[in-house]
Amino acid sequence: MKYVLLICGDESAAEHADDGCGGWSEKMAERGVLRGGAGLRPPGDATTLRVREGEVLLSDGPFAETKEQLGGFCLIECADLDEAIEIAAAHPAAAYGTIEIRPLLDL
Amino acid sequence: MTPPVEAAVDRAFREEWGQVVATLIRWTGDWDLAEECAQDAFAQALRTWRRDGVPRRPGAWLTTAARNRAVDLLRREATGAAKLREVAGVLRTDDDDAGDEPDVPDDRLRLIFTCCHPALALEARVALTLRTLAGLGTTEIARAFLVGEQAMAKRLARAKQKIRHAGIPYRVPPAHLLPERLPAVLAVLYLLFNEGYSATAGADLVRHDLAAEAIRLARVLVRLMPDEPEAAGLLALMLLHHARRAARLDEAGDLVVLEDQDRGRWDAGLIADGVALLDGTLRRGRPGPYQVQAAIAACHATAARPEDTDWAQIAVLYARLARLVPSPVVELNRAVAVGMAHGPAAGLALVDALRETGALAGYHLLPAARADLLRRLGRTAEAAGAYREAAGLAATDAERRYLARRLAALG
Repeated sequence: MKYVLLICGDESAAEHADDGCGGWSEKMAERGVLRGGAGLRPPGDATTLRVREGEVLLSDGPFAETKEQLGGFCLIECADLDEAIEIAAAHPAAAYGTIEIRPLLDL
Repeated sequence: MTPPVEAAVDRAFREEWGQVVATLIRWTGDWDLAEECAQDAFAQALRTWRRDGVPRRPGAWLTTAARNRAVDLLRREATGAAKLREVAGVLRTDDDDAGDEPDVPDDRLRLIFTCCHPALALEARVALTLRTLAGLGTTEIARAFLVGEQAMAKRLARAKQKIRHAGIPYRVPPAHLLPERLPAVLAVLYLLFNEGYSATAGADLVRHDLAAEAIRLARVLVRLMPDEPEAAGLLALMLLHHARRAARLDEAGDLVVLEDQDRGRWDAGLIADGVALLDGTLRRGRPGPYQVQAAIAACHATAARPEDTDWAQIAVLYARLARLVPSPVVELNRAVAVGMAHGPAAGLALVDALRETGALAGYHLLPAARADLLRRLGRTAEAAGAYREAAGLAATDAERRYLARRLAALG
C-alpha cells in the first residue's frame, strides 16, 4: 500500500521548520519504505489557482484558511495501515503537529 | 412451537454466523461478498436440512456452503478469476478443522480486531461488530441506535470501504500492539452492553438484546483469548450487572436504586458465574479497570441485604480504580463508599473537596450524593437545597421523579 503522510501544524509549528526529521528520513529510507517527500515553505508563500470557464484565477495564500496548515509531506510504501501508523508515529512532527495518513488511489 | 429444523438454523445462526463470515472474509478479502454468501448459506440450510436432516457439524456445513457460493459468484465475474484461484488454493489446503489448531488464530478474532480498529469512528466500530460478527440486520442496528435505516446502511458501507481503501489489516494485532488494541475491542463491547443496559428510550426490547449480544461476544472473546484477564474482567462485570436487570426498574419503568432493589429477583446463577470468573481472573495478579469494576459489582451482588454490603472493601476498590483510571466520577463513587463505610462526615469531606475542584460542575449526581450525606448528618435544610440542585441538573424524568421522592421524604 502507498500512503502519503500529510504533516500539518498551526503557526507554532513554523519554529520547527528547520528542525529536520531527527534521523527519521534516514531510518525510513534504510528500511525501504520512504518513496519521497519534502518540507514546504509557509502558507503565506503559497499561490492558489483555479481555472473557471477558461480563465485562470489566482489568489494569494493557501486554498483553505484554517488554523492547521500543510507543512510537508512524505510518500511511503508499506504493508498496511498499522505499519503506516507506526511509521507516522515515529515522525518527530507527530509530537507537535498532526499527521494525516492518506492512502493513494490505486492506478 | 418452532419446528426443529428452524430452531436448529436459528441456533446455528447465533453460534456460527460470525465464524462463517470471518472465514469468508479471510478467503475472499471481500466483506460484502462474505456477508452475501453467508446469508445464502443459511437460506440453503433451511431448505436442505429440512430434506436431509441437520448435519453433525452445522458450522462446517455452513462454511462449506458459503465457500461454494463464493466460488460460484466469483466464477461469474471476470475480475473474480484471480480471487477464485486463491479461494481454490484454500480449498485444497485448508481443511475445515484448521480453525481448531492452537496456533491458527480463530477468524472471529481477526474480524473483531478489524471491526474495532481505532482508525474507524467509534459508532462505525459498534455497527460493524453487530453486523458482521453478531449477524444483526441493518434495520435492527438502526433501531437500536435510534438512527434511520438508510443512515445506518451508509455508515456500514463507509466503514467497510475505509477498511478496504485504507489498508486496515485483517488480523489479530501482534503482541506489541495488543496492549493498545485490546482496550479498543473491550470498549466497543462495553459500550454495546451499556446501550442495552441503560435502555430508557422507546426501543427498550431491542436494546435489552444488545446487552445479551455484548455478553455473547465477550464470551467468545474470553474463550479465544483466555490469557487476557481484562477480557474476563469485562465479561464478569457484564454478568454481575446483567444479573440485576429484573430488579432495576419498577412497574412504572422507573429506576430502582441498588439499596431498594428486591434482591430476590437478582439472577443467582449469573452472579455465581460472574464471581467465579472474576475470582479465577484476579488470581492471575494482573488487575485492570474492568476487573476492579467487576470486583465492586461483586461486593454489591453478593450482599444478601443492603446493610450487609462491604463498603470498606468497595471504598478500597474505588481508590484502586482511581489510580488505574483517574476520573472525577470515580472519585465521587469513592466518596459515597467512604460515606457508607466510615460515616457521612468522612464522605461529605471528600464530596466537598471534589465540588471545589469544579470538575463535576453540572453533573447531577454530585449534589445528589451530597444531599444524601447531609440528610444522614441531620442537616435537613442543606440536604433539601442539594436535592433541588440535583433535580435541576438531572437529564431524565425518571431521575427527577426519584430526586423529588427523596426530597419529599425529608419531611
